Amino acid sequence: MARAVTQNRKIINTVAAWTVGLLIFFPILWTILTSFKTEATAIADPPVFLAFDWTLENYSVVLERSNYMRFLWNSVIIAGGSTILGIIIAVPAAWSMAFVPGKRTKDILLWMLSTKMLPAVGVLYPIYLIFIKMGLLDSRTGLVIVLMLMNLPIIVWMLYTYFREIPGEILEAARMDGAGLKEEILYVLTPMAIPGIASTLLLNFILAWNEAFWTLNLTAAKAAPLTAFIASYSSPEGLFYAKLSAASTMAIAPILILGWFSQKQLVSGLTFGAVK
Amino acid sequence: MATQHSRSAARLMMAPAVILLLGWMLVPLIMTLMFSFKKYLPLRGGDLGWVGFDNYIRFVTSSAFWPSVLATLAIVGGVLFITVVFGVLLAVLLNQPMWGQGIVRILVIAPFFVMPTVSALVWKNMFMDPVNGLFAHLWKFFGATPIEWLSQASLQSIIMIVSWQWLPFATLILLTAIQSLDREQLEAAEMDGAPPLKRFGYITLPHLGRAITVVVLIQTIFLLGIFAEIFVTTQGSFGTRTLTYLIYQRVLESQNVGLGSAGGVYAIILANIVAIFLMRAVGKNLDA
Repeated sequence: MARAVTQNRKIINTVAAWTVGLLIFFPILWTILTSFKTEATAIADPPVFLAFDWTLENYSVVLERSNYMRFLWNSVIIAGGSTILGIIIAVPAAWSMAFVPGKRTKDILLWMLSTKMLPAVGVLYPIYLIFIKMGLLDSRTGLVIVLMLMNLPIIVWMLYTYFREIPGEILEAARMDGAGLKEEILYVLTPMAIPGIASTLLLNFILAWNEAFWTLNLTAAKAAPLTAFIASYSSPEGLFYAKLSAASTMAIAPILILGWFSQKQLVSGLTFGAVK
Repeated sequence: MATQHSRSAARLMMAPAVILLLGWMLVPLIMTLMFSFKKYLPLRGGDLGWVGFDNYIRFVTSSAFWPSVLATLAIVGGVLFITVVFGVLLAVLLNQPMWGQGIVRILVIAPFFVMPTVSALVWKNMFMDPVNGLFAHLWKFFGATPIEWLSQASLQSIIMIVSWQWLPFATLILLTAIQSLDREQLEAAEMDGAPPLKRFGYITLPHLGRAITVVVLIQTIFLLGIFAEIFVTTQGSFGTRTLTYLIYQRVLESQNVGLGSAGGVYAIILANIVAIFLMRAVGKNLDA
């Protein structure tokens, strides 16, 4: 009897969860499906779900017409560059805070976090002005720097949380065996820190890829990444649903795939370790 | 363990990150503060000198100010309400035994990874368009007149789009928190005859308190700054001009930097009030 009840409950749970899950996922699914339709089927009434002539035409049109590759390349450079640069700067800082904590370590960490709370729009004009003065407006270098600074607190925090979980005894043991600071970092810490660094890399790449305040306001034709490329579809091209869908699918596909790998790190990374 | 030598090495290793962030915080902040006390119109005469608190007074007395505060509150409040309530329900649901849990989780989390411009544009055109949008088809199917979502129900539409983006975040964090709940406690309550609703209200919900606080605080910080969703949909018209968008318009569209900077200072103060609470929640965890 009890067994039948749990079995029934499991069926109900499954149906309910799948319904909700598919409903939430539907806009993405619909975009992907529409990207394979012709413009006429894309706006057909009643809407067609699967029974249409699948076509790749929209993809080739978007690729040809809009220099898509350049936007993609800009996104890769900006997201990748800012993340890697951020990690290079953050690893030593997080390492020292985790292994040689001082009295002020906690204050410094919280202060770093507080810089993340500064509303971007509050400093928009100063950054804009600095960018013009330094010739950084609409340049990938400029965006790499801004996004790196924007995400640096998260990077330091994530790395710090990971490093802190590495037991200090291992370091002491290595030191007893005569390892210097260089050997310690190279042969003991680095192998243990790589998983943490990898997840930090992943999450921050995603955050930088999707950033849509600075990328929209500080770029024009030259350095615009995919966020700005899609925004340019706002009107009137946005009314060509199939092409809009193809462009959108190409912009989100890499991150959707990467994102699914990063679910676990997402929680501790975005809550600064407050929820684990 | 830490010697004098390793302490100074540690300081040296921290220096680049600290110095960069200090510059990133202070330089623009000081500039914004300075501009906010000036009449500064880059396209109409440039720097026209100090004006004291004029910009601060003009910003709050302009006819656009209160509507923008209300729009901000409506969006932040609406999204928080929807994401927390549905986030808790979804987290409870996803925590039940079922088939294909991993796949459902992936489906639910996916919207978080969609870039803001894509989600705003897909919702605006493919769902909310009054002629060809999916909602219009649905409305017509039931014999109703399609709604012009982004003009007739503009705030609700923005709230819907943004909630869709942030529901995964809330769900994921609340799910993580629920999974750390002691199963035996729930089972004991069940044996003692506590009905499901009571078990939820007296055990699960209090356990989630901390996670809900964190979700609310972090989302508030991000929601106060939403930009792309408004930029590609309504451009701030139909009552969707939030404080962030108003400041953006003052600074970059009408190039009134003094006035916009004063608005920026208000936004910074507002964000800091929220931030103080968030820091407390996070700081507590550091001691643990």
